[in-house]
Amino acid sequence: MKTKSPLALLAVLATLLAACGGAAPAGNGAATACFPVTGSCPDEARSLDGAGATFPAVIYSKWIEEYGSATGVQVNYQSIGSGGGIKSITDKTVDFGASDGPMTDQQLADAKAPILHIPTVMGAVVPTYNLTGVTQTLKFTPDALAGIFLGEITKWNDPRIADANPGVTLPASDIAVVHRSDGSGTTYIWVDYLSKVSKTWETTVGRGTSVKWPVGVGGKGNEGVAGTVKQTPNSIGYVELIYAIQQKLPAGLVRNAKGAFVEPSLDSVSKAAEGVTIAEDLRASITNSDNPAAYPVSGFTWLLVYQDMPDPKKALGVTRFLWWAITDGQRFAKDLGYAPLPKDVVTKAEAKIRSVTSGGKPALPAG
Amino acid sequence: MTSRADRVFAWSVGALALLVPLTLLGIALLLLVDAWPSVARYGLSFLVTTEWDPVKLVFGAGGYVFGTLVTTAIAILLAAPVAIGASVFLVEYAPRLVRGPLAFLIEVLAYIPSIVYGLWGFFVLVPFMRTTVEPALQGTLGGVPLLGALFSGPVVGLDLLTGGLVLAIMILPIILAIAREVVSAVPSAQREGMLALGATRWETVSRAVLPYARAGIVGAAVLGVARAFGETMAVTMVVGNSSTDISPSLFTPGYTLASAIANQFTEADSELYFSAIVEIALVLLLVAIVVNAAARVLIRRTGAAREGMIL
Repeated sequence: MKTKSPLALLAVLATLLAACGGAAPAGNGAATACFPVTGSCPDEARSLDGAGATFPAVIYSKWIEEYGSATGVQVNYQSIGSGGGIKSITDKTVDFGASDGPMTDQQLADAKAPILHIPTVMGAVVPTYNLTGVTQTLKFTPDALAGIFLGEITKWNDPRIADANPGVTLPASDIAVVHRSDGSGTTYIWVDYLSKVSKTWETTVGRGTSVKWPVGVGGKGNEGVAGTVKQTPNSIGYVELIYAIQQKLPAGLVRNAKGAFVEPSLDSVSKAAEGVTIAEDLRASITNSDNPAAYPVSGFTWLLVYQDMPDPKKALGVTRFLWWAITDGQRFAKDLGYAPLPKDVVTKAEAKIRSVTSGGKPALPAG
Repeated sequence: MTSRADRVFAWSVGALALLVPLTLLGIALLLLVDAWPSVARYGLSFLVTTEWDPVKLVFGAGGYVFGTLVTTAIAILLAAPVAIGASVFLVEYAPRLVRGPLAFLIEVLAYIPSIVYGLWGFFVLVPFMRTTVEPALQGTLGGVPLLGALFSGPVVGLDLLTGGLVLAIMILPIILAIAREVVSAVPSAQREGMLALGATRWETVSRAVLPYARAGIVGAAVLGVARAFGETMAVTMVVGNSSTDISPSLFTPGYTLASAIANQFTEADSELYFSAIVEIALVLLLVAIVVNAAARVLIRRTGAAREGMIL
């Protein structure tokens, strides 16, 4: 039932807008075929190119397959990394970019025209560890995580870890910290969280897809970090939630802003964006969410599009795909290990998609 | 007619041959253009300062240079004696029946893709180093003054020593193949002369063969160095990818120039960051050209001398 609700909302919106009689780009009946997004549309571009983030690549390829068979539109997505996605959309070599970290103000200023952030799904990053003899799931306070990754907490039996884990016998051994060696959206969410919970982290290390790590060894990719943690006794690292679930890695609980230790799951990740204030431009960081049920190390991944696309066919094609992705497309998220967008975020994203224009006219027909 | 056809042909093959140096020049120029913001900003200090912070946009590749030099040095110190010894054995001592298969086996190492070395290094060598080799080194040499500093600190297995060891295995076949060529290029007259004077096998090898082949063997080692310098995947998987501190211990995780590119290229989203990464590529290209040229000169010296003898 839950997954049907965006559809219902869409139907309501469609009727409302039809009653208002907005300006369709091509007129005579085409508009009804183009919106709501159900089948093929004669006025849209037959192929779209996108590039960027690797984290959502799995659901994007599923969407591309499903959307292709529903509409006949061929979408090409190259998962070259978030940095590459931002570069590609800035250089206009693609129709849409994709990134796990929002573009900075500087990057937005460097682009020649306004770029919109459309959140598509959510993901989370979890602490995973290898402690011989410890069978219980560990709980981490924000202070403990920041302290470990800053190199200030060096032993497992440090009271800052132990106090949150009564009844667990922690060894007096050195902590081996493992981080990503490659630039990554996973790292961005992790350090964005650490920046919010630790002033020291924010001023000495900061936020980015790659940072200057105070301690630890680097592994390439989720598999590199997970592999290193698995084979190094007394180690701790961080990986994407989906990866931890698939590989059955131990994932620690993290204490959220409201003081609850929350187990990372698709539901607790979706909660992170529910009922919280989100920036107008949707470039929102939702780590350390105020929702009491939220897992705090969660984040959006975004598609990046120009607010105005001169080619009306491209503009229609891109907006239809985006609309479909955040409504119909959401039902594929959970099976693939992504957290779907909560309803209020979908509504905000829909409004953003509506604001895309082609030569000043709305790109999406007001069906 | 014929002479004109000849000229046309000469021009066309000449143009084709010119394509190769032009491609190299093109690559170098493109790298220079993309690296310019970083080159202009940091100059030569880029190679010696060790602060590399993509968040604060400060880039100094000194840590990567250090890691590259250390892993390469370990590799060549471990691989060169083995390769040279094996080449002498194959040419001077091995029975004909053994020579072919043994040489083939060693050279097969050269055809294994580097990612395979990386996987083997990560899943087999790293745990072995962590549990066995490094604690043993620490236990025996750790207490020796000065030398002990090389084997101090916590043992994780992902470090400069493991990186150097994987590189050693990878460059071994290259050095061996060339050293074997060079040693077998030593004219028989040299050996026969020594033997006629009543020298033993060992005296012949150490006084006649090796001195004669010296330049070529050094050249082989230099080519090995060139390979170790640029090797990327396998090292990245075992070296630890961290350049936070430059310490004398070989047990600290390190970072090499090539690994820095492999790890950070895709997410280098600001202009200066990107150009700093490209500057690393430019440095690697220049080093590769210089080192390879030096190696060729050295190897050719042995070859040229041989021709002189025959005449």
